Amino acid sequence: MSREEILNNIRRGVKRNTADDTARQTVLNRLSAKADNLIPARAQLPQQEQIALFIEMANEAAAEIIELDSISEVPSASAKWLRDRGIFELVTSSTAKVDALDWSPLAEKDIQRSQRVAQAGDFASLTDSFAGIAETGTLMLHSSPQSPTTLNFLPDNHLVILSRSAIVGVYEEAWKKIRAQFGATLPRTVNMITGPSRSADIEQRLQMGAHGPKTLVIFLIND
Amino acid sequence: MQINTPFFKQRASEALHDENLQKALGNLKAGFPEKRAIAVSRMPEFEDLRDQARDLKNHIIEHLDLYLEQFESKVTENGGHVHWARTSDDANKIILDICKQVNAKTVTKGKSMVSEETGLNDYLEKNGIQPVETDLGEYILQLREDHPSHIIAPAIHLNLEDVSEAFHKNHNRPKSDDPAVLMQEAREVLREKFVAADVGITGANFCVAETGSTIIITNEGNGDLTQTLPKTHIVITSIEKVVPTLEDMTLFQRLLARSATGQEFTVYNTLSSGPRREGDQDGPENFHVVLVDNGRSEMVGSEFQDMLRCIRCSACMNHCPVYGAVGGHSYGWVYPGPMGSVLTPKMIGIEKGGMLPNASTFCGKCESVCPVRIPLPKLMRHWRQDEFSKHLQPKAARYGLAGWAFLAKRPALYKTYTRMANWFMKHWAGKKGRIEKMPLAGGWTDWRDMPAPQGKTFMQAWKEQQKNGGSH
Repeated sequence: MSREEILNNIRRGVKRNTADDTARQTVLNRLSAKADNLIPARAQLPQQEQIALFIEMANEAAAEIIELDSISEVPSASAKWLRDRGIFELVTSSTAKVDALDWSPLAEKDIQRSQRVAQAGDFASLTDSFAGIAETGTLMLHSSPQSPTTLNFLPDNHLVILSRSAIVGVYEEAWKKIRAQFGATLPRTVNMITGPSRSADIEQRLQMGAHGPKTLVIFLIND
Repeated sequence: MQINTPFFKQRASEALHDENLQKALGNLKAGFPEKRAIAVSRMPEFEDLRDQARDLKNHIIEHLDLYLEQFESKVTENGGHVHWARTSDDANKIILDICKQVNAKTVTKGKSMVSEETGLNDYLEKNGIQPVETDLGEYILQLREDHPSHIIAPAIHLNLEDVSEAFHKNHNRPKSDDPAVLMQEAREVLREKFVAADVGITGANFCVAETGSTIIITNEGNGDLTQTLPKTHIVITSIEKVVPTLEDMTLFQRLLARSATGQEFTVYNTLSSGPRREGDQDGPENFHVVLVDNGRSEMVGSEFQDMLRCIRCSACMNHCPVYGAVGGHSYGWVYPGPMGSVLTPKMIGIEKGGMLPNASTFCGKCESVCPVRIPLPKLMRHWRQDEFSKHLQPKAARYGLAGWAFLAKRPALYKTYTRMANWFMKHWAGKKGRIEKMPLAGGWTDWRDMPAPQGKTFMQAWKEQQKNGGSH
């Protein structure tokens, strides 16, 4: 059987048999310690500076950042952004945070809101996010019944809500945050997203908007 | 995929005469190395990260069986299935079986070099299933019935005109030479395929033992659509991709994008941990991981073990003067450049792959940029020794080496010979001091002049220096 052949080949190569408890213990220790490796100094900063770094790096990755004083401004800011681009539909996730908002500003501008999975041809989606990572201006999102993953990839434009307080310095902090919430079993999908989709497959010339969203808008909430 | 590696010399020569290819390769040289250098300069800890990555990979390989078992049990716990494939055939059969179980007609594919290694597309097609490549570069190649010439920029050997032509032929749309328009075209055409596919196949950059997750790292987002929309997601990957924890994966994430494209971070880093959960409205209902061996387990404990550290970033080929001159197709199989020169003989046999470890100037640039510090020139040297001891080299190389060894073991003769050769070459070159043509040296002088030796031989200079007191 392939499995045993492969594993036995490896054991032969490292000159060890299955009864070796020291090696097993070394592995179990590493898996449970979840120790950090070297963390670059770049994002080990006070929180205010981490936020500034997040904005700088996200801009560099061609994300668009719109700063808002309160989360209650998200519907009107979304309405304006969509209307300016001639978009009249928005598919949103249905997390508690998104559902708690008063979405009437959309209707006032004739924009229709639906809550479902994304479909081919959707112009825009709006979702919540789990964290922002300052190191590279990266968003972390995860799947849930209220936040289908297709919303993050299929529509042409992706609008994301991010609280300033959800910004961490480095990836390692985000993993700790994920474990604190979900324990040993990760959500089905964890997405780290840094700017909109792109490709340089034609003559190494960078083009924005390959298969994922062509624009990534981050509503950065001052809370 | 057909193996053309034994014809390396002929293919390389053709590549050097191919103007279009040379133009396309120019884009590579101006792109990746410079971008990598900038990214590295922005990360002062980069060298330390490389040391840690090398050490961590060594630790993983020493415990590879245990981490794989842990990974398998976590995937199963998450509701997924792990399949073990000793060979390419095994892997292809496993995938075909899964496709048959769900009555699949069409399959979308994210970019996967392991699937190139197993020849999955041809196999599926022969068995009545249509695979559709969705990475822009891979899609272009599929339309042209072509193969990748680079592990992360598969269509780097093509020019805009080639893409424009391929799309015009296949899409029934007006011809365009604007890359943005062409990409939009591919986006629209492939959108229907994403939605219609029964199975999505992706690779994995890493497999996390702690959580039973696979991760894909992409810029386009095609991999995410490939794995999220169909009912079944199959991950085809290889056994050395396992890492212990999320923190350990992060160490490699920090190195991968910077070494590959020179980006600070790739746009989409996506972890998949099993099939859709209760209440989920989208995502695959079935999740399979196929772990391919294909000779890797035999590399553990061998002189090629260091090669298992490779994270497939492509920095070695991006910086290789040989790759830059002849392109990836000259190498004749799936993996080109320095990493390919080490892996290919292992996978297709030294009898067929022996040319590749010789296709190196041993300048050492590959090793100097490798994020996991694989001693690539040393590994290529192992292959040369192996080839020599099996008497597989061409006669000319063998006699040449024997002749050189004869001289080198007789210092007096060696000195006389080099003095004479020196004198001869100097006079052959004439006033210009450069040799434009010389018997037996066409391999060099067809492409560039050879500088004629100037002044004395090393031994003569050494002797004089010793006589004059030794300091210089």
